[in-house]
Amino acid sequence: MSQGQAGVVAAKPRRSLTRAVIRFAGDSGDGMQVTGEQFTTETAWAGNDLSTLPNFPAEIRAPAGTLFGVSSFQIQFGSQRVYTPGDQLDALVAMNPAALKVHLGDLKPGGILIVNTAAFDTRNLEKAGYATNPLEEPTLGDRYRLHQVDISGLTKKALEDLPLDAKEKERCKNFFALGLVSWIYTRPLEPTLGSIQKRFAKNMTYVEANTRVLKAGHAFAETAEMFGEHYGVEAAEMPSGTYRSMTGNRALAWGLLAAAERTSLPIVFGAYPITPASDILHELALHKRFRVRTFQAEDEIAAVTSAIGAAFGGAVGVTASSGPGVALKGEAIGLAVTSELPLVVFDIQRGGPSTGLPTKTEQADLMQALYGRNSEAPVVVLAPATPGDCFFIAYEAVRIAIKYMVPVIVLSDGYLANGAEPWLIPDVASLPDMEVRFRTDPVGFKAYLRDPATLARPWVRPGTPGLEHRIGGIEKQDVTGNISYDPENHDHMVRTRAEKVRRVAQEIPPTTINGAATGDVLVVGWGGTYGAITAAVADAQADGRAVSSVHVRHLSPLPPDLGHVLRQFRRVLVPEINSGQLVRVLRAEYLVDAVGFNRVRGLPLASQEIYDTIIQLLEEKR
Amino acid sequence: MSTATGTPGAPYTKKDFESDQDVRWCPGCGDYAILSVVQKLMPDLGIARENIVFVSGIGCSSRFPYYMNTYGFHTIHGRAPAIATGLKLARPELKVFVVTGDGDGLSIGGNHLLHVLRRNVDVTILLFNNRIYGLTKGQYSPTSELGKVTKSTPAGSADRPVSPCAFAVTAGASLVARTVDRNVAHMEAILRRASGHRGAAFVEILQNCNVYNDKAWNVLYDRESKTLHELRLEHGKPLTFGPADDRRGLTLDGLRPRVVKVGEVPESALWRHDEGDAAAAFLLSQMWAPECPVPIGTLLARQGEATYEDLIIDQEQRAVSDRGPGDIAKLLLSGDTWKIG
Repeated sequence: MSQGQAGVVAAKPRRSLTRAVIRFAGDSGDGMQVTGEQFTTETAWAGNDLSTLPNFPAEIRAPAGTLFGVSSFQIQFGSQRVYTPGDQLDALVAMNPAALKVHLGDLKPGGILIVNTAAFDTRNLEKAGYATNPLEEPTLGDRYRLHQVDISGLTKKALEDLPLDAKEKERCKNFFALGLVSWIYTRPLEPTLGSIQKRFAKNMTYVEANTRVLKAGHAFAETAEMFGEHYGVEAAEMPSGTYRSMTGNRALAWGLLAAAERTSLPIVFGAYPITPASDILHELALHKRFRVRTFQAEDEIAAVTSAIGAAFGGAVGVTASSGPGVALKGEAIGLAVTSELPLVVFDIQRGGPSTGLPTKTEQADLMQALYGRNSEAPVVVLAPATPGDCFFIAYEAVRIAIKYMVPVIVLSDGYLANGAEPWLIPDVASLPDMEVRFRTDPVGFKAYLRDPATLARPWVRPGTPGLEHRIGGIEKQDVTGNISYDPENHDHMVRTRAEKVRRVAQEIPPTTINGAATGDVLVVGWGGTYGAITAAVADAQADGRAVSSVHVRHLSPLPPDLGHVLRQFRRVLVPEINSGQLVRVLRAEYLVDAVGFNRVRGLPLASQEIYDTIIQLLEEKR
Repeated sequence: MSTATGTPGAPYTKKDFESDQDVRWCPGCGDYAILSVVQKLMPDLGIARENIVFVSGIGCSSRFPYYMNTYGFHTIHGRAPAIATGLKLARPELKVFVVTGDGDGLSIGGNHLLHVLRRNVDVTILLFNNRIYGLTKGQYSPTSELGKVTKSTPAGSADRPVSPCAFAVTAGASLVARTVDRNVAHMEAILRRASGHRGAAFVEILQNCNVYNDKAWNVLYDRESKTLHELRLEHGKPLTFGPADDRRGLTLDGLRPRVVKVGEVPESALWRHDEGDAAAAFLLSQMWAPECPVPIGTLLARQGEATYEDLIIDQEQRAVSDRGPGDIAKLLLSGDTWKIG
């Protein structure tokens, strides 16, 4: 810690923590997402493992000061593996009364509470529904370590002599809060200073202003009497290597880029803007050098059909959306099923039905992915477990789609999409082989002549002489691909398309069991609940309970050994952010008496509630 | 499936473009004439057969790709323009045709048709307009006249019809034309021209459904009516029509077309057809008998405009030439990274 003022300030005691959960909360215009992201970068630099949860309103600029306009960013970091953004808060920064009202309930008794006193005026208190100023009541100070800081006032003071108007100065206040919290948790400021330089490169006054305010917040915390101590969180023991911070949406995009490079094929990415999937389009649009052709289509249907047209042309066709968009794409996905073309569909699940909760997370599109099309239209369904896993899942989706000539749906979710984790950068050479074999030989060519191992039909690029052929959505005779209304042929084709998807099971590695291979309770999860489940199971295991977990990344087809794994446990628990979808599939598929744990709040599951459910299940049996 | 290609570069004949599938349109359908003309003009395009793709949606017209011995994709209702756009993004060098109908293109697929035209994707769109839903057995279509009595509108339809050519002109197509299934020579000339156009070319083909809407285009089928009302558009020529002994011409009174007797006004006063004038093309697209003649031919043709895929591929090539091809290993290590261990 710098002793810049020549030893005027005595070093304050520093205590060591193994983990901490912090939430920044304010108006949606207060810059809480940037603050959280910067704090995340600082924390990654410090070598901690971490997990984040951005949470913002669907409105772009919700009316200031209102409860529904509150935006927040939560991070858990630690010196051990961190699996979730955390359940209860160790520290809460509330930039206005509305943020305090919305988030105070999550703060642990005795937790650190920092409030921006300047925002606690009559108008804001009224908008937040406070009859009296809660800061003037003793209860807050009794229950929490309350720090009342005039963040707006101190920010303005730090910027007194800069040629900025009052609004511009006020806008810097989030960095005061960041500086303050960075000192409390001993975070390095360098990454934020660097990013200020980059972000405002075109305006040196902004660079100066933000730098000053960040340092002012930091110095204030160090100097002010109210912060009696600060905390260090030692670096976590993580596998050695080079790391970067990774969000799920970026990882999906980069996984596609890796596939484009490996296959030497262009990618046509058709998408229509929709929360929370749009960032994939934005990210890919930056990387034209990888021969990614992004197409902002006129609607969801054009987004998927353009991808199908591209696949017909011999490119990798990909589309991304959220649940409502995937519903619109259903008929076209059926076309890809029957024309047996490779297609990758990303579904970044959000709260529903209909518009639902656009910016909140949910896992309720599993049934839609598995069955949400007319007639028998089986597809491959994959789900990443963590933000970084999205990279490998996207790559895997392209690999399977091409190898089996089949649509692959990837079920990510709002939590994975926007959440970040420190990600061990993989060696690109270690990614699985991805072979593209276009048929070029006219001798013996038939459009639906299948590869005996995969049942894939040949992929033919238009432009190949002698292989001119027609395909379409009408039922086809197997082998020749000619239109056929023959009843037996249709039955055969329905079974063949299903069998082709089943054969993808040969790509799935043996199921990894977190814990012993037999025991009392097996917790089965999929998608973004990985962290919460793993943390809960780790706690139960630490108690000496015979509890294990598996996380299913291949949802269709299911791993071939999954049934066997399930039967080695007395009880099977399936926590999901839906009303019980995977649990229904497992019960139907394996005739096991699996039970669900289901909460559909638009939020990740809390590991504590999963832990409690595990214990309940164990007690029931006694 | 025929795979006989002959010698590469050898001249094709019409037969090379006939597939081995039985054609399943109703006997007497106007689609037969269109198919025959398209097959006939293919050899003249100077494009290798393997580089030609026919994409279609759903409806009677959309069966078309099955009968062409080229690459073909019979897709889903209304979406052929979007499929074709994706195909062109993947493979800009291919010659792509979209075959659609009045229901497929202007009802369920109206949105896609709008966007493929305004983007100026390099596709040739053939819209077979028979003013009826044929494959679903006779409901009125978005081009059916007001008051049309069909199975679904026993008391007459209450919807006003859309003009396909007006739609295409205002959407921003770079070529808009109209022809008639019963005028084989005209159809051949128009389709040849449209096929050779670079950019979004739109051709409305007035086509007869002899089962559900016979002689919907009688204004141009009936010999006498045709002589009276057919207006052949020729670039740079005055707009004249009618029998040889009673020629009529068009003048413009502001934005209002007026029918005049040829010879009663000086030739310089007649409206001269300018294919580059989209406003004039819109006026032409609004005209219909008996008040006005019925124009057939090329209403609008703008040359040399960049296609959608030109612009996209150009951006890609500039990105590669400025900064080199993408390198995923480098990208993964870009920005903030840190080492552990």
